[in-house]
This record gives sequence, C-alpha cells and structure tokens, in this order.
Amino acid sequence: MAAPTDPPGPRPLIELRRVTKTIGDGVATTLVADIDLVVRSGEFVAVTGPSGSGKSSLLYLLGLLDVPTSGEVLVEGRPASRLDEAARAHLRLSLLGFVFQFHFLLPEFSALSNIMLPMRALGRLDDAAMRRRALELLASLGLEDHAHKLPGQMSGGQRQRVAIARALANEPLVILADEPTGNLDTHASEQVLAIFRHLVDETGRAIVMVTHDLDLAARADRQIRIVDGRRVT
Amino acid sequence: MRLVLDIAVTHVLARVRQTLVGMLGVAMGVGFSVMMAALMEGSQRDFVTQLVDSLPHITINDERRDPPRQPAEDAYAAVQFSGLRTPVTRPGIRNPYAIMASIETWLDGAVAPSVASRAVIRYAGRDTAANVTGIDPRREVHVSKLAGHIRQGSLDSLYKSSNAVILGDRLAAKIGARVGNTIALASGTGQILTCTVVALLHTGISQTDETQAYTLIKTAQILAGQTALVNAIRIRVVDILAARGVATRIEAQTGYKSVSWQEANEDLLSAFQIRNFIMYTVVGAILLVASFGTYNIISTITHEKTRDIAILKSLGFTESTVRSIFFIEAVIIGLAGTVLGWLLGYILCLALGSVEFKSPFMDATTLPLYYTPVHYLMAAAVAMTASGIAGYLPARKAASVHPVEIIRGAS
Ligand SMILES: Nc1ncnc2c1ncn2[C@@H]1O[C@H](COP(=O)(O)OP(=O)(O)O)[C@@H](O)[C@H]1O
Ligand SMILES: [Mg+2]
Repeated sequence: MAAPTDPPGPRPLIELRRVTKTIGDGVATTLVADIDLVVRSGEFVAVTGPSGSGKSSLLYLLGLLDVPTSGEVLVEGRPASRLDEAARAHLRLSLLGFVFQFHFLLPEFSALSNIMLPMRALGRLDDAAMRRRALELLASLGLEDHAHKLPGQMSGGQRQRVAIARALANEPLVILADEPTGNLDTHASEQVLAIFRHLVDETGRAIVMVTHDLDLAARADRQIRIVDGRRVT
Repeated sequence: MRLVLDIAVTHVLARVRQTLVGMLGVAMGVGFSVMMAALMEGSQRDFVTQLVDSLPHITINDERRDPPRQPAEDAYAAVQFSGLRTPVTRPGIRNPYAIMASIETWLDGAVAPSVASRAVIRYAGRDTAANVTGIDPRREVHVSKLAGHIRQGSLDSLYKSSNAVILGDRLAAKIGARVGNTIALASGTGQILTCTVVALLHTGISQTDETQAYTLIKTAQILAGQTALVNAIRIRVVDILAARGVATRIEAQTGYKSVSWQEANEDLLSAFQIRNFIMYTVVGAILLVASFGTYNIISTITHEKTRDIAILKSLGFTESTVRSIFFIEAVIIGLAGTVLGWLLGYILCLALGSVEFKSPFMDATTLPLYYTPVHYLMAAAVAMTASGIAGYLPARKAASVHPVEIIRGAS
C-alpha cells in the first residue's frame, strides 16, 4: 500500500516529514510512526482514529510542543529542529494556537485577561489595542457579557469559546484543536464547529482538529486517519 | 515583564494565608537579626566607651618590656642572667616632665603624670587595702573622666587641705568614712599619713569604686617614700583608634613600656570578635530558617500550578519567563517580609531599649542599643539572597516541566 499523501495546494504552513515519536528507553513505545503530513493555509483538516492511536501525540508534534525522535517538522518551510527552546516557544506564540479538550484557562484571570495573555507575552500591540482586540474576539464568539468573569463562573461551552478566543489572540496561521468538543453538549459543539468553519473560510487560516466523532470529522475539508501511530488515509 | 509581575502577584495574592506565613517567617528572621545586631553592637560599643572613658587611653609605666641588660652581658657574650631580684622600691620614670614635654610636641591629645601605689586605709579600727593614685588635678581633667565621676566635692578639693584624699564611694562605705573624716594611709614601706577625705568617687564600676583612692602627686610620693617619683604617665588621645600606634611610638621613643587601651583589653576585644562571629552565625541561621518557609511556599505554588505552567508553555511562554514568574514570587515574599521585618526589628529595639535593668553591682541601666542602617541593610541582603535562592530552585524545576505530560494527564 502506498503511503497516504496530501493534495497539492497553496503554501504549506506546517509539514511533517517521516516523523516518528517513540518514548521510553529499552522497550520503546511508538506513539507516532513515520508520518508525512502537509497542512496548507485555508485548510480544515480532521484527524480521526481510535482512542490511543496517537492523535494527540501527532498534534503535539505539529504544535512544536514535542520534538520528534526522527524525521523533521517544518514551519513555513523552516526545519524546527534547528530552533532552540525559546525560538520554538516564540513560533507557538506568534503562529500557532492550541485548543484542548479541557479549556486550560488560568483560573485566577478573567476571560479578558486570559485572552490578553498571549498578546501581552508577544508584546506587538499596546495595552489599548490588546484590550480592543480581546473584546472584539469575545464579541465575535458571543461572549461580550462575560469579559470580566472568571473561568469558574462560566459554563463549559463558554470556557471553551474563551479558550478559542485566546488561541486566536495573536492571529495564528494554524489552529491545533485536540477534541475541542469532547466536553461539550451538541449545541456548544455546533457553535465551536461554526466558529472553525468561519475562521477557515473567511480568514484563510488552517485548522487541524483531532476528533473521534466521525460526524464532526465529515464536516472538515479533508480527513486523515491514524491507527496505531500510523497514518492510514 | 509587567505580565510576569502580574501573574506572580496574582499567584501570591490568591494565597493570602501561605503568603502571610512566608512573609512573617522572613519578617521574624529580619526583625530578630536587626534586634540582635543592635544589641550586640550596642553593648560592645557601650563597653568600649566605658573602657576608653574611665581609663587613660595610654599608660606609660616605669617598667620595661625586657629586663635591663646587665653590664656583664655586654662584656661577655656567653653570660646570661635570669632570676635577678627586682628592687623593693619602684624605680619611677626618669625625667618624667622632660618625657611629657617631648610627647606633647607631637601628640594630638593630653598628658598627665601620676604615681601609682598601694596602701592600707585605716579608719575606726578597720583596715582595708586600696590603690592610691597620686594625680595632678589640673592635668588629670584632660586625660580621664575622673572629674565627672566625683561626688560631694570636686577634683580640685584635693588642694583644699594638705594630704587630701578622694575615696571610691564603696570604699568609703566599707570603712564607714564620710567626706570630712580623717583617715590614715599606711604604705608598704612604713610611711603613715593622716589624710582628710575631701570627696567621693563614683564610676559605676564596682571594682574601681571599692578599691580606688586619689591623692595629689606629692602625697602619693610621700606615701611611697620616694620624692619626685612619677611611675606612670597617663595619656588621652583624640583619635582613640590611633592609641595603639601612639603607644608604640612612645615606647620606641622612651624605652618605657607604654600600654594602649587596646593592648590592656586585648582579651576582651578578641572575645568581642568571637561574640560577633557567633552573632553572625546565629543571624545567618535565623534567616536561613526563614528562607525555608519561602522555599516551601514557592514549591507548593509550583506544584499547585503545574497545569498553569503547562498552559503558559503551550501558549508560547519560554522557560525563562516561567522561571522568572516563580522567582519573582519569592522576591515579593522576601521583599514584603524584609520591610515588615525592618519594622518589627525597630519596634523590638525600642521595646528592649525601654527595659530598665537594676543590678547590685552597677547603676540602673537600660540596654545599650546601637542603631544603624547597616544592620537593616545587612539583614535585608541576607534575607533577599536566601529568598532568591529559595525561589530559584523550585522555579527552575517548574520551568523544566514538560507541558505534553501535564496536558495529557489533564485532558
Ligand atoms: N508517557 C507515556 N507513557 C506510556 N505510554 C504513553 C505515554 N503517553 C502516551 N502513551 C500512549 O501512547 C499512545 C498514544 O497516545 P495519544 O497520542 O494520547 O493517543 P490519542 O490521542 O489518539 O488517544 C496511547 O496508547 C497512550 O497510552
Ligand atoms: Mg488524545
């Protein structure tokens, strides 16, 4: 069987080239085995596969949170292996946005402050501009009334939307979402999916969304399937 | 940077009780250190002042450090004498007034002659041994605080009658004599003088007040049976720390043993060094213990915040940024604790300073405390260094957290 390949298209944002990730010395466990993947701008890619197949591990590699055991990750054509910790952190901050199944907001900070965190860390905008952008993001996600609430005072769906807003704060090129609707009811899941669809269609961003919900995956532009760490489609 | 500070402050403020405990730990460390330092240095300075004030800064004796060379030693190289009997009478300083005049030409201070001798005081059938020192009141006022210690009378009252004597107040009380009474002084050489008590002396040092008597030089010379005897020259210098050097110079110039206050109290001064060493060790230990509290708190916070650390790192915060967040938290606790500790230390000093001590051997006194910003800065420096280290270690560990493991575990 020929290795699955990605369709040609506009410029690649993130690329995996024969990436393998194993953990443990001695008896090594393979999480991700020899995967090739190209994510281009304006693409909504769904990653499906059974539980424990290595979908999350793949996403961490795409997001430079983890380093491959072998193979190369390229961000905008540049090999990430040549970068040090601080440079990879800076790429995450400026080009990538994560959304996890669990919202992962800082509990002591309001929705607004949480959204402003990446902006302040990057320091491209002044205080007023950051605030304006954070409020815009909140409004675009239907959260204008919740700017000053703490994560603990919001519902699961609201928190997840705040997390998406935070992921979008620095206008990343790629959004990496790991089962973003896993903890949400149908209505909230629909909202999240609508937001993603909008981001891809209107702003030309790329989204890689891990899910085991095949109905959701069907609404992406294309799907790839992982089984036992290997890409099968 | 402001973001880092914001997060740090938020973490610290969210844990009021822990933060307060940590701050109080540092504050107590700093406070007690400041108090200890003020107390130690205060008592030391007080002691030195008393020492320096009550006695002349330098005393030139009629002794020599080495026994005089015997003529035979000069004539025959192989001859060596030992165990020669010293004469009963003290030799005295030769040409004392010429020596004094020559010292005065270069000395920044004052010089006074004196005659030191011992005698038995006899009054109302009671005998008591005493140190009788003959002085020149007009010169004496410039070399010692004696004049300030005279009660019921003055130093000049020594001129009021022939054979006038000033007694230590405890000495007078012991024999039951008062001002105006006539006492007898008997010396080892057999002279007996009838003297009038013209004043009492109170230095506050019981040893002195119990044994010391002052007369005019002439009286002491008669008592010693040696006219024109001067066996000690007392010197006061303006710069007390220069006393040692001055003494060395005088000794080289005159050949007479001349002892500075530092030399006379060498053992005391070295005891102070040991005391200071102990003090700094204890102070260091207190602050170290206080910093364990900070270490504990920052460790706890980093443990509770592992998930936040993973979030921040996944967002793109660098290791060094994460590290500085927790380091700053320790610095905040250390700084707040230090300021609180300064206040505590100052209050403790004020409280201690207001306590009065009564002792049968000394006048009622308050604790001598020495106030200086140096103590505060020193305690702060040690506390901040300790806090910094106490924060850096857990902060470094926190920053090295691998976000993937935490995120996996939490989702
Ligand atoms: N630290 C680890 N030690 C051992 N096995 C691990 C570790 N991390 C992940 N795994 C295993 O690696 C496989 C892939 O995990 P993951 O990428 O989370 O899969 P998925 O997201 O598709 O459920 C799973 O079988 C998981 O149990
Ligand atoms: Mg997963």
